[in-house]
Amino acid sequence: MEKNISFKLKIWRQRGPKEKGQFKVYEMKDIPTDTSFLEMLDILNEQLINAGEEPVVFDHDCREGICGMCSLYINGHPHGPATGATTCQLYMRRFKDGETITVEPWRSAGFPVIRDLMVDRRAYDKIMQAGGYVSINTGGVPDANAIPISKEKADLAMDAASCIGCGACVAACKNGSAMLFVSAKVSQLALLPQGQVEAERRAKAMLSKMDELGFGNCTNTRACEAECPKCISISNIARLNREFIAAKLND
Amino acid sequence: MWLTDSSIGRKVVMSVTGGALILFLTFHMAMNCVALISGDAYNAVCEFLGANWYALVGTVGLAFLVVVHFVYAIWLTIQNMKARGSQRYAVTKRPKSVEWASQNMLVLGAIVAIGLGLHLFNFWSKMQLQEIIHGTNFIAGQNGPTDGAFLIQYTFSQWYYVLAYIVWLAALWFHLSHGFWSALQTLGWNGKIWFRRWQVIGNIYVTLVILGFVAVIAMFFFKSLC
Repeated sequence: MEKNISFKLKIWRQRGPKEKGQFKVYEMKDIPTDTSFLEMLDILNEQLINAGEEPVVFDHDCREGICGMCSLYINGHPHGPATGATTCQLYMRRFKDGETITVEPWRSAGFPVIRDLMVDRRAYDKIMQAGGYVSINTGGVPDANAIPISKEKADLAMDAASCIGCGACVAACKNGSAMLFVSAKVSQLALLPQGQVEAERRAKAMLSKMDELGFGNCTNTRACEAECPKCISISNIARLNREFIAAKLND
Repeated sequence: MWLTDSSIGRKVVMSVTGGALILFLTFHMAMNCVALISGDAYNAVCEFLGANWYALVGTVGLAFLVVVHFVYAIWLTIQNMKARGSQRYAVTKRPKSVEWASQNMLVLGAIVAIGLGLHLFNFWSKMQLQEIIHGTNFIAGQNGPTDGAFLIQYTFSQWYYVLAYIVWLAALWFHLSHGFWSALQTLGWNGKIWFRRWQVIGNIYVTLVILGFVAVIAMFFFKSLC
């Protein structure tokens, strides 16, 4: 049921990548619980602008959980306390009256802060450019039944492909490792016949780009899987390990 | 070389050395359990190994595994802390599915290493080391370097050693409860179905190995009380 709540927002403010940031506390009054978290930040920004202050910078785009643009580390969780949902799908009914809500940017050496809550996630694009595609000529659109693919494989590939590249896995990982992202992007192609052809090259290229960009080493804590808004499984990481080790042994 | 300059390669080294150390612990535990049955039989095992060439080769190999596992652990941790960045989160929460041990492997490993130091002092320095250097630095009552049964009885009749060894084995249990399935995950021998299987197999296996060690300590401690 809808009601209004008041709470404190403790938000990370940082003017630029090189500048020192700090937390600032804002009082929010009478916010309806069916407001989304991002709408609530819009309300805050409107108040800040009306008061002649700088609005809080944060990433957002589609606001329906598919673009991967929104981020925010809310009360110790990437994308907030809800599971299987992005920040834009988070509603204020998850919070209590009088609570202090801490909002931080993704913190990882691979994702430097641009301003306030916005981080530079271009590292993910660079990993994709290193090999996250099929370069063989697949011709025109073939008949859907021309290449038989088992239901099981098709489902696993689809699950992996649901990764929206938001970076929550890196944000959740105590090692700042991007393995869940890389493994999902390797798996979505490696599981299908047309992607399998270049699977070895892809695994090697994407992993070495990930290492080069300063992401950490995976230690199988499973925090990524628990916080992923698309519930990507770490079985993808096992598949990436398998692909990579096999590729290296074949060298 | 991919075992040093790729993240998966470095993890493979951790996984293979860790797996080999679990196998060693199994072998060691099986030997210890001989002492549950007969002290003389245990001493026969000690004599069979002693400082014979195959035992020395084994010891050197084992030391190599331990050193590699340590060095890589420290190296990986430093890299991972760097990857996390200098600015840490103000609020962190551990999701339910994340094991406590998995996030504290270095600390647990350090406790295991300290315990290992104590263990080498209690046993190895009085046994194989004396045999290698032809020394005679024995405990009063110890009948030569292969009198392991006496050393067990002597060490575990002192409550503070019993306590220290139990703490050591508890830390080892936590370390291995994560290490077992984690090693297989790193080698890629895992999937949605095998994940739970490996976790259960790992927990049972590791618990049995640790209980084997605890049984010997407990028996000799209670014997000393009677």
